[in-house]
Amino acid sequence: MSAVLVKGARLVGGDPVDLLLDDGVVAEVGLGLSRAGAEIVSADGLVALPGLVDLHTHLREPGREDAETVETGTAAAALGGFTAVHAMANTDPVADTAGVVEQVWRLGVQAGHCDVAPVGAVTVGLRGEQMAELGSMADSAARVRVFSDDGKCVSDASLMRRAMEYVKAFDGVIAQHAQEPRLTEGAQMNEGINSSKLGLTGWPAVAEEAIIARDCILAGHVGGRLHVCHVSTAGSVELIRWAKDKGWDVTAEVTPHHLLLTDDLAATYDPVYKVNPPLRTQTDVDALRQGLADGTIDCVATDHAPHALEDKESEWGAASPGMTGLETALSVVAKAMVETGQLTWRQVAERMSHTPARIGRPDGHGRPLEVGQPANLCLVDPRAQWTVDARAMATRSRNTPYQGDTLPARVVATFLRGRPTVLDGKPA
Amino acid sequence: MKRHLLSAADLSRDDALLVLDTAEELAQLTERATVKKLPTLRGRTVVNLFFEDSTRTRTSFELAAKRLSADVINFSAKGSSVSKGETLKDTALTLEAMGSDAVVIRHSWSGAPVNLARWVKGSVINAGDGTHEHPTQALLDAYTMRQRHGRVEGLRVTIVGDVLHSRVARSNVLLLSTLGADVTLVAPPTLLPVGVESWPCETSYDLDAVLPKSDVVMMLRVQRERMGAAYFPSSREYSRRYGLDVRRVTTLKDDAIVMHPGPMVRGMEIAPEVADGVRSTIQEQVANGVSVRMAVLYLLLGGAESAIGSPE
Repeated sequence: MSAVLVKGARLVGGDPVDLLLDDGVVAEVGLGLSRAGAEIVSADGLVALPGLVDLHTHLREPGREDAETVETGTAAAALGGFTAVHAMANTDPVADTAGVVEQVWRLGVQAGHCDVAPVGAVTVGLRGEQMAELGSMADSAARVRVFSDDGKCVSDASLMRRAMEYVKAFDGVIAQHAQEPRLTEGAQMNEGINSSKLGLTGWPAVAEEAIIARDCILAGHVGGRLHVCHVSTAGSVELIRWAKDKGWDVTAEVTPHHLLLTDDLAATYDPVYKVNPPLRTQTDVDALRQGLADGTIDCVATDHAPHALEDKESEWGAASPGMTGLETALSVVAKAMVETGQLTWRQVAERMSHTPARIGRPDGHGRPLEVGQPANLCLVDPRAQWTVDARAMATRSRNTPYQGDTLPARVVATFLRGRPTVLDGKPA
Repeated sequence: MKRHLLSAADLSRDDALLVLDTAEELAQLTERATVKKLPTLRGRTVVNLFFEDSTRTRTSFELAAKRLSADVINFSAKGSSVSKGETLKDTALTLEAMGSDAVVIRHSWSGAPVNLARWVKGSVINAGDGTHEHPTQALLDAYTMRQRHGRVEGLRVTIVGDVLHSRVARSNVLLLSTLGADVTLVAPPTLLPVGVESWPCETSYDLDAVLPKSDVVMMLRVQRERMGAAYFPSSREYSRRYGLDVRRVTTLKDDAIVMHPGPMVRGMEIAPEVADGVRSTIQEQVANGVSVRMAVLYLLLGGAESAIGSPE
């Protein structure tokens, strides 16, 4: 593999420098670099960010290869600037054994677009009854560190406690999908003014907040590591702020769509806006932005949830919840957080790379762009405006809520250990 | 161009009054005639697309369309390809290919008529969707109130029962507030939706306090399965606190009327003596339903451009 010389990139939004990528690492950083035979990538006006890390991706393989595969999902990830994604466990079969997580991990290696860190299920079959063999998954070739029943909540308090205790033995974290099941039976959208008018069964904020409160206290009690998936309410932000003040080992993520969209969109009854947890109110959006800005919410995670056309082209109630997000995540964060002055590019790098990598522990990701570090990075044009076209995306599914919208900032190039996976905004 | 009737909110005050006036004219025309059929919609096709059983509403729409000389196709989900996994979209495209001019849809999911309206070129009329709306029911209720009281504006209308799951309540609140009535919803707190404070009406938990001030009392059906979901402890307790029994009726004003969209649970939300009493408009509501639905079909399909309803 030849060396790559990135010319004039603004390092995490700072002054322009050259980056020499060679032998998988950042070989040199400085002005006026040159290297005979190196491929030159002009990065004039582009921002260099460490390769983005997604803690929450649904790649759908094995089981729903009609909606997404590891190949198509990781290609989408690379186009979005990601160099590592954590693949959620709710596949078919469920990723609840060393065999399945190793299969997913190998598919990622074969695809080569970005690293795939499989998430292991907390309980067998996501049924919430019996702990899966978490240690075997941790010891497997896939080196699982994040465990989650995402899509379902580990609602049994005792099981949740034991899981958080148990994974301490191998530096694991339990990523909780916080949804009290009895409070959300048949739930279709945020419970509030809009649900009352639309006649759709409400998904109340308290169903998320009650579980988060419980789990934070449990984490404090057992000294375990808790990560809260897709925080969606203002109340949740307050609870996490409180738990962090206590010094408990609690982290949290927010999705790009919860930073931008509100439940007003449900009035269209277009299931592209159906997602779990549901879109909330502007008050929640404002609190989530504030929480992400002040560090209460540690990171952004996409919850990229591709669905086949027939699972979305239906009545709202019959549709599957979820939105694609890998190829729009950075742009949505730019729109919601950078353009509003709430985050700098350096802070975006923290919340979309350094911090998620610190939580998920994928090898060699989320490192600073310094000499000797793995050359995982992306180049972003912060002044670009582009129009979202679902058909032009690499993901196999079309359920983007931004279809036809114009978004700021575009990923121009992505490098995985020095090898370009994306160049000129296209798969390399 | 106005094409659909998906929500009572689609109707402006003028639209709603036009429907009521048209319904009145059509009722008079058919009453006087020996042959009750009018030639207005000859050659037009109306499809009754019912994904949920409702003999009452389907028959009412069928009769309304037939009295206007439209061709009527009854497409019920049971025994059709819908039960074999055909999607709403496929059904819509099939009806479209058959050249239907209007689809009257009843569906168990809220919003299904809105989805359908994206896939068909003809008019879509919401005949009840999930726990969302049932606009023609609200129109026939307003028509009935006007018939009995001579007006809707300024009437104090009390709607009692399972508001949370009621499409009748949602459409009535919207239409009646458009027409200037004062609506009060009465229910146990568990059967009022979170967010109801944003609706254009009052709410109360105390039926006895509200009844003496009411011109209209509309009782909603309470399904017994709500009891299992712990919305209230027992049907007996529900009846005691929110049922319209013989004693409560004596507290009503002399000219107050009692309405029910049907089907009733006699002895639960309404005593049989009340349902069959002189204040009851339950039979009139059924008869008025046909006139109002004739008016809606006529106004949506009769001219080159529809005279009421939502543009998209």
